[in-house]
Amino acid sequence: MTPTSVDRTRPGAGRLAKARRGSEPYAFILPTAVLLTVLMIVPIVMVIGYSFTNNVITNKHPQLVGLQNYLEILGDPVFHTAVINTTVFTLGSVAAHLVLGLAFAMLLNTPLLSRLTKALFRTIYILPWLFTAAVIAVLWRLLLSPNGVINYLLDSSGIGSGQIEWLSNPSLALGSVTFINIWAGYPFFMISLLAGLQGIPQDLYEAATVDGANGIQKFFSVTIPQLRPIIISMLLLDLIWTSQQFALIWMTTGGGPINVTEMLSTYTYKLAFSRYEFALASTSAVLVLALSMVLAVFYVRHQRARD
Amino acid sequence: MSNDARTRGALRLFGVLAVAATVAATAGCSASGSSASSDGPVTLEFAQWWEPELPAGALRGIMDDFEAANPGIKVNLLSGPYASTKEQLFAGAAAGTMSDVVGLDGAWVSDFAKQGALADLTKLMSDAGYDDSQLASQIKVDGSTYMIPAVNFVYPLFTNDDLLAKAGVTAPPSTRTEFSNAAKAVTALGDNTSGWILPLSQEAPNGIQNDVMSWVWASGGSMLKDGKPDLTNSDVKSAVEFVQGMWKDGSIAPGSFTMKEQDKVEEFGNGRVGMMIDSLAHINLLRKNDPNLKFSISAIPAVDGFSGERGIPYASWGLGVSGSSAHPAEAFKLVQYLMSEKVNSELSTKANAFPGNTKSVPDFSGSDPLFKTAFDIYKKGYPANEFTGLPVAEELMRTFDTQFQSLLNGDQSVDDTLKNAQSQWESQF
Repeated sequence: MTPTSVDRTRPGAGRLAKARRGSEPYAFILPTAVLLTVLMIVPIVMVIGYSFTNNVITNKHPQLVGLQNYLEILGDPVFHTAVINTTVFTLGSVAAHLVLGLAFAMLLNTPLLSRLTKALFRTIYILPWLFTAAVIAVLWRLLLSPNGVINYLLDSSGIGSGQIEWLSNPSLALGSVTFINIWAGYPFFMISLLAGLQGIPQDLYEAATVDGANGIQKFFSVTIPQLRPIIISMLLLDLIWTSQQFALIWMTTGGGPINVTEMLSTYTYKLAFSRYEFALASTSAVLVLALSMVLAVFYVRHQRARD
Repeated sequence: MSNDARTRGALRLFGVLAVAATVAATAGCSASGSSASSDGPVTLEFAQWWEPELPAGALRGIMDDFEAANPGIKVNLLSGPYASTKEQLFAGAAAGTMSDVVGLDGAWVSDFAKQGALADLTKLMSDAGYDDSQLASQIKVDGSTYMIPAVNFVYPLFTNDDLLAKAGVTAPPSTRTEFSNAAKAVTALGDNTSGWILPLSQEAPNGIQNDVMSWVWASGGSMLKDGKPDLTNSDVKSAVEFVQGMWKDGSIAPGSFTMKEQDKVEEFGNGRVGMMIDSLAHINLLRKNDPNLKFSISAIPAVDGFSGERGIPYASWGLGVSGSSAHPAEAFKLVQYLMSEKVNSELSTKANAFPGNTKSVPDFSGSDPLFKTAFDIYKKGYPANEFTGLPVAEELMRTFDTQFQSLLNGDQSVDDTLKNAQSQWESQF
């Protein structure tokens, strides 16, 4: 091999090796990127595109209509009702999830109970989380029926009387579905906060005791600050999940009576699968996506700040 | 790595992803639902929800007989529950991959026909030289037939004999006044018993069709005029006022606003309700759940003094042919076979339903005696379901339901209810 031939081949081989090294990272992320593109980006972009057309799926030749769908949805009084109901339902559920989850987590973390008792109650308290939305809906429809167990218990204990229409009375329905959602969702908070509580160093409580702090002061000055990162993460996640709750509402009230439990999710579903107005449904879905993105941005920023 | 190199790398990556996405999307779109093969026997796809609801092997047996009678045509049954079949058909209609022969609910027909997803059966009947005078009914859109009801499930009035007897009512009511009085008497028995039950859930708003509009049809009335909504007419107003009166009397079981059809059947089966309007299909269920429950069926009461023919609400298993079928003539042969006198009798017997062919007679020898009674009621009146063939039929029921709930809740008058529902319906036509 002459020096000249070495000079001719080396740069080519080097370029190839360099290109291969350069493309390696992309090759690693390619499967994930393809899946994300096909399963997330393409559908989202398509739905955003649909929201600017007169109608799709049931219309073979969709035409662009600009912002007309957005104006129609934003001007629809039922949409306004759905936004208000979703806000009340979500804030009520998330606040109660936090309070109940924290209370049960602290009960289960107490040194006053034996390990067996705690294990038993952990199992009982986590049960609601094991049921699917369909099971929860059927269960609570039976319990809250005018001839159901709840009314029987209220009647026989003298607290209430008659056949109370928990889900069918327009003034009780939103409260009832919120209650069901609270029951179904608090274990998620409880388990996460219990893990957080078990990770708080005992020294902090001992130091607080030496400083003369009582139980309440320890709770607000040690427990809450230590749990704060978990609480904020959980709150943001729960806000996103609860605002999109569909199955439970649909299977218990269907958005009724009248429209007192109409949520953004049920409103969008009805546009798509009852009216077959897929462009309007896409518009509503894009608006829900925008609202969820705001919460998601807060969540990501919070996670980054933690890191 | 330099910025340039990064940019080039990113562009390469984007290019690969774009191609991958395009390939995936194209692959998804190109999947064809056509069941045709270019050579050899023609294989038809028949998508329906009937097979799971019929005795095991019943529909396949009919298909085997069809294949034996029509060498060269095979039938592949695509069966699933009602809701899955509906989703499958809507997806197929959008993608142009609908099965050759499809089981249809009348509520879907208008939307499918307007999409061009269904073949014009008027033309197929004429091409095949088919005599349509034997068909009990045809569902038309803009003058052309798109669905033929194969079998019909009627919704008569069910009355709990024991409860009515206890309340001093000796015979099922036949007029609205008798019905209202009977409902009051049963409710007066106390112990959480109600005279009538009215499911108005918005999840499944078919209570508007079966339990509210049925009062209009039973008295020969109509909610349409020249195919367009006519909710403010005196027939509809009188029926709505009648139901409102029952509500004010407290004769309707509590929980109506979120009650579904299965809740209605359950409450009646538990003996807590004196009367309900329900599908004949539930007779076997009621017998199975409580063999001691004594109940009768009769025609839905009409306005006092009414002597005309009574409309009786019904739901159908309808037949249609896909607009994208490569073998429409063979597909229609299957429709023709299912609608023939003998096969239609067999299908209606097995489904505990009434035939779509006027010459067919179901065999009641092995059935509950109430089916025979119901068939007599059916023969005396006429099948009435004005929601069949209307655009977005379920949405029409739901919008009426919302307005009707506002009325019963005391938020608006009967006139405003009907006016609001009328304007909402008009916007859908």
